[in-house]
Amino acid sequence: MNNQIIRIATALLCGLIFGFGLSLSGMLNPVRVQGFLDIFGAWDPTLAFVLGGAVVVAFCGVTLAKRMQHPVFEWTFYLPTSKRIDSPLIIGSALFGIGWGLAGFCPGPAIASLSQGLWQTALFVLAMVTGMVLHDRFFKKG
Amino acid sequence: MSSYWLGLAGGLFIGLAAALLLLLNGRIAGISGILGRLLAGDQLPTNGAFILGLILGPVLYTMVFGHPPVITITAPWPLLIAAGLLVGFGTRLGSGCTSGHGVLGLARLSPRSFAAVVTFLVAGVITVTLLRKFSL
Repeated sequence: MNNQIIRIATALLCGLIFGFGLSLSGMLNPVRVQGFLDIFGAWDPTLAFVLGGAVVVAFCGVTLAKRMQHPVFEWTFYLPTSKRIDSPLIIGSALFGIGWGLAGFCPGPAIASLSQGLWQTALFVLAMVTGMVLHDRFFKKG
Repeated sequence: MSSYWLGLAGGLFIGLAAALLLLLNGRIAGISGILGRLLAGDQLPTNGAFILGLILGPVLYTMVFGHPPVITITAPWPLLIAAGLLVGFGTRLGSGCTSGHGVLGLARLSPRSFAAVVTFLVAGVITVTLLRKFSL
């Protein structure tokens, strides 16, 4: 079979597992995410368990990938090459953190919960996409 | 207590999705990166398929458990717009979000991602603490 078709099917499956995992973890709920960030208030540590579980499995995947010549359905791994801790990284992450705290949404849960038909999520995603397009149009380096 | 276990179980699935995408397609499962490339028209079929799968994830959850995931949104609409703009702009400028830097970056032991994760966690904690202080 054509590798591109398999890659599309793989991407669909991985997105589905990712969205299922987010739903199971409770992190689709912005109140729970804000509860994790509320360390000086009614702290909800659940997100640490979610991130911990995800990082451990992903670490196994990364370790296995290092032993492979190339991915199963691709000729090369597409990994970030930049190593510098520069101001765009820090400023961008800080802006993201502020937005994350304000609404309790990061990109994954926001997109996944689009299927739940809430206007608030749709509005957030619309604004998020606008923010991405604004960046890529006016601030993209190179 | 059980919510911690559900969190851990959900995290294992998220990690599995990230590991599979890396091992099979050689791609980083960073949501802001995938959405950004999709918006730029880059690798449309695979990035589009991943986002479609992500949207269908909660539907699968509803089919398996017989009830939809709980979503409680307290932010009023002006705050949602401001937050969305900040998240969209910030994740593109900072080259990643909770998945790309948080899950994959930490798993790859990337110093850049460690710096990003500490930065967005601190910014998020300060933001929520201020929100609570002014009871928004």
